Amino acid sequence: MSTQNRINQLFEKKQNNIFSVYFTAGYPDLNDTVPTIQLLEQNGADLIEIGMPFSDPVADGPVIQQSSTVALKNGMSIKKLFEQLENIRESVNIPLILMGYVNPVMQYGVEAFCQKCQEVGIDGLIIPDLPLNVYQEEYQTLFEKYGLHNILLITPQTSDERIQEIDNASSGFIYMVSSSSTTGIKNKASDFHVDYFERVNQLSLKNPRLIGFGISNRETFDNACKYAAGAIIGSAFVKALDQKLTLEERISGFVKTVVSPA
Amino acid sequence: MKYQVDKKGYYGEFGGAFIPEMMHPNIEELQQKYMEVINSYNFRQDFIQLLKHYVGRPSPLYLAKRLSEKYGSDIYLKREDLNHTGSHKVNNTIGQILLAKALGKKRIIAETGAGQHGVATATVCALMGMKCVVYMGALDVERQAPNVKKMRMLGAEVIPAVSGNQTLKDATNEAMRDWIRNPVDTHYIIGSVVGPHPYPDMVTQFQAVISEEIKMQLDEHIGREYPTRVIACVGGGSNAAGAFYHFLENEEVELIGVEAAGKGVDTSETAATLTLGNVGVLHSSRSMLMQTDDGQIVEPYSISAGLDYPGIGPLHAHLCKTHRAKYLWATDQEVLDAALELTQLEGIIPALESAHALAALKKIELKPTDVTVINLSGRGDKDMETYLSHFGY
Repeated sequence: MSTQNRINQLFEKKQNNIFSVYFTAGYPDLNDTVPTIQLLEQNGADLIEIGMPFSDPVADGPVIQQSSTVALKNGMSIKKLFEQLENIRESVNIPLILMGYVNPVMQYGVEAFCQKCQEVGIDGLIIPDLPLNVYQEEYQTLFEKYGLHNILLITPQTSDERIQEIDNASSGFIYMVSSSSTTGIKNKASDFHVDYFERVNQLSLKNPRLIGFGISNRETFDNACKYAAGAIIGSAFVKALDQKLTLEERISGFVKTVVSPA
Repeated sequence: MKYQVDKKGYYGEFGGAFIPEMMHPNIEELQQKYMEVINSYNFRQDFIQLLKHYVGRPSPLYLAKRLSEKYGSDIYLKREDLNHTGSHKVNNTIGQILLAKALGKKRIIAETGAGQHGVATATVCALMGMKCVVYMGALDVERQAPNVKKMRMLGAEVIPAVSGNQTLKDATNEAMRDWIRNPVDTHYIIGSVVGPHPYPDMVTQFQAVISEEIKMQLDEHIGREYPTRVIACVGGGSNAAGAFYHFLENEEVELIGVEAAGKGVDTSETAATLTLGNVGVLHSSRSMLMQTDDGQIVEPYSISAGLDYPGIGPLHAHLCKTHRAKYLWATDQEVLDAALELTQLEGIIPALESAHALAALKKIELKPTDVTVINLSGRGDKDMETYLSHFGY
């Protein structure tokens, strides 16, 4: 994997408090995708996960499912998304990851999809229903050919042995799911599986970790950052987009509730 | 053994386990243990005893004389409609509840469309004293109120799924989410031959009792263990998988599945997945499904809630692709006609799902010497309102 990948560059530069944000492409309005990315970078996001909406997102909770439904109604599709992202690298420098389910990627054509990702400047992919064994047998060669990191998940139930296996197959970082849940479950800092975070930290993995699921505010963000290189906010941000303010006000307002100005 | 699942959980190119990592421990446990558990002596004993004394098996194989006369060919009905809870669904829920107990699980979740699988699950949970949560599309909760009340009386909690179109697909999504949130003590009883490996094979094994009995019963009736053909309706495909199973390797037996065409395969209101779908991944397995060019799942339609599903079990996708089985479709109107025909010729009111299999009689050539077995997967009590509104009695 080339060190030119922006994900590796980010983790070389910054080992703590990495602020990563997920949002659903085409939500709340079809053409909000690009300005949302630009505004997130301007407001201090280190990494962005762009959600490709799917009709049946089983790993997601109600907020992201609802945003996906709206985005699809707005006319969002993978084809449309690539059109929107065509010139994104003229204005955005931070790493960009596409996150979505495997079926729309299959229908687009896996190689065509990977190629297009490389063309527009995508650095990695998170596909929750593409399990490790299928990835290794059918997808890895293509992901690598087009310089894309595959970001795999681990959960409190993942055995040490499997975490090692996932670490070996990963490049970029590992997505550490905070608790047994779908996205958007409200965590209190006290709900954190500290023993799980500590167990993972003692495994001396080669890949850095970001913690996601249930990170919604400064308290949960700061707490997650104690145990990993940073944290990912999804549902709480998507929820904040549903307000009658300008996109800029919504985004800068939300970011201030989580991190101090850069 | 061309039609058995392989070690990785595939039938040809179909099947597998496209699961999020959150489901990995549970699915891995099932994959590693299901064969061992269901082949163990204790499990076999309990399963066979419950099917006999609790479900009422073997279900009769009945020569439908007046129906046969009308079509000029012998037609046998496998009477799964006479099972406890009114359909074949209970064969699977008995098997899975015993498996869940063997794995030390304390809590059961299930999805349901029309409520037949939900009732069959709530029933075995009452029998075993297990906590039961059933997810059902909010729209189906309204449409199938009597089954909702039955499940509640049986002690189950029925949770309406309010996402999507609020039908079977959405109930399945919610059940999967529940399993993700409750990874330790919960077993998910999937109602059909769909979902990640090992579910398609496991549910097939539990339903295979249907064709096992057909073989023995045919021997009694005609002195031969196999018919000319077997016909069954297909939504996810569990009753068809069970009715086909012991005939798969005997290529002399013609296997016919019948999908729900709804208002017609040339309309958007249909559920004929194999006729109209293409390859994709839904609910963790690679199979045929109804989807847009962008890979979004298309909402299906059928008069029968039990066949109202945009996917199909991977075994059927494989049998279709290899031409081992033939898949036809029947429209709502053809199904209503077939249901009325059976009711008035034989005094048996079939479930709307099963009436799809009956509707195939008009679509195939029947020779006088043929022996046709139709799997009558369920009874029509739950569909009385639909029948009455169409026939105007």
